[in-house]
Amino acid sequence: MADTGTDRVKRGMAEMQKGGVIMDVVNAEQAKIAEEAGAVAVMALERVPSDIREAGGVARMADPDILEEVIGAVSIPVMAKARIGHIVEARVLEAFGADYIDESEVLTPADEVYHIDKNTFTAPFVCGARDLGEALRRIGEGASMIRTKGEPGTGNIVEAVRHMRMVQAQVKKVAGMSRDELMTEAKNLGAPYELLVSIQETGKLPVVNFAAGGIATPADAALMMSLGSDGVFVGSGVFKSEDPQQFARAIVEATTHYEDYELIGRLSKGLGTAMTGIEIANIPEPERMQDRSQ
Amino acid sequence: MVKIGVLALQGAVHEHAKMLESEGTSEAILVKKEEELYDLDGLVLPGGESTTMRRLIDRYGFRDPLRQFAKDGKPIFGTCAGLILLAKHIDGQQEGHLDLMDMTVKRNAFGRQKESFEAELDAKGIARDLAAVFIRAPLITEVGDSVDVLAYHQGEIVAAQQGSLLTCSFHPELTDDHRFHHYFVDMVKNSKKAIV
Repeated sequence: MADTGTDRVKRGMAEMQKGGVIMDVVNAEQAKIAEEAGAVAVMALERVPSDIREAGGVARMADPDILEEVIGAVSIPVMAKARIGHIVEARVLEAFGADYIDESEVLTPADEVYHIDKNTFTAPFVCGARDLGEALRRIGEGASMIRTKGEPGTGNIVEAVRHMRMVQAQVKKVAGMSRDELMTEAKNLGAPYELLVSIQETGKLPVVNFAAGGIATPADAALMMSLGSDGVFVGSGVFKSEDPQQFARAIVEATTHYEDYELIGRLSKGLGTAMTGIEIANIPEPERMQDRSQ
Repeated sequence: MVKIGVLALQGAVHEHAKMLESEGTSEAILVKKEEELYDLDGLVLPGGESTTMRRLIDRYGFRDPLRQFAKDGKPIFGTCAGLILLAKHIDGQQEGHLDLMDMTVKRNAFGRQKESFEAELDAKGIARDLAAVFIRAPLITEVGDSVDVLAYHQGEIVAAQQGSLLTCSFHPELTDDHRFHHYFVDMVKNSKKAIV
């Protein structure tokens, strides 16, 4: 009489993360710094996105050793990334106890056509999206949480802002439509009709939507919150900064108190250098991670 | 009309606010700062990550005002992470967070997220066949004499009350079942009458 892996349990888990910061970590020590700073979860990785970008080659699921090490170090939830379409990597992460699986464009896709059928998993999934059609296709496949793709590993917020604004604007548009417009809109967006009906009825996405991909400062995190994000992922930003401890704490506080500008100013003082950013135009198109799936 | 705050540092804040507002007799206020506590009649500590909430409580000297709120006899309802914040004793930790309810709790007592589940249960004096969603949920492993156990799941304690403090390890705010919130709003109304 106890049901595991229901939509309510999987989506509810993401609801509990709202207003929080999820940080990329590569070992137990970083995971502890993140937890101590007030992160709501950590993403266990072999390399942070900016290092993946630098290293080139094929980026895969992290060694399960790293996942185990991080799970052993903290009591907050631990997430992990699988390659897009890599059913077996996702199953392995689920078996090793990942609390959330990120089917992520940061890793090299295993399937250029299809995503994982996430409805068949007990563990919940988060997926990246640039617009509402992409978000709803992932939710249709069973994603329980959405994040903007942004452009990972760049420390440049511009793409995350573009994607968040796009999704918000499209949600508002659908919410204001009449029922007879929805089927055509479903066709135009390439999205499941039933999910558009749900948005039209409730005025919001059926799952939590976080910001990710390029958040490098406390002010960046607060910006994404003020644009309507439910929370933020910080990838390379924390542990590529000069003082990760202080930086992590500042990002957590700025996310909670995103409308307290005096506080954000104080948090930003003396933080040292943030990670070095990359201009998006200087990334050749084939190297843009956000274009890796539709 | 009673005013009920929802601690809005992190977690499922809006779900609680929506539940409270839908009662029609309570107004929900999101609370991020100490001064926002003052004219409230009751407070909800929502689900989320208890370690995150504790960090944010400490950084702004929020702990003492929250404890004082409880000492003034104003009702507090803690769900999941909120239950952990209320407990005097936490398994494996030196001390409790707000240190208010005479009980011992075990965090993530059912295991990791894939073990999260939903079930129906009976809550004494509140509801039968209540829809309960458990997400990386804690359990109450021991209670003091002044604590009234309200609900069990498979023999383990999952809801309790000690005077004006109400708690459950599951998430009524994620369901359409308003009975737990209704019970709390009644507690707040009664306490307001008593305080006035």
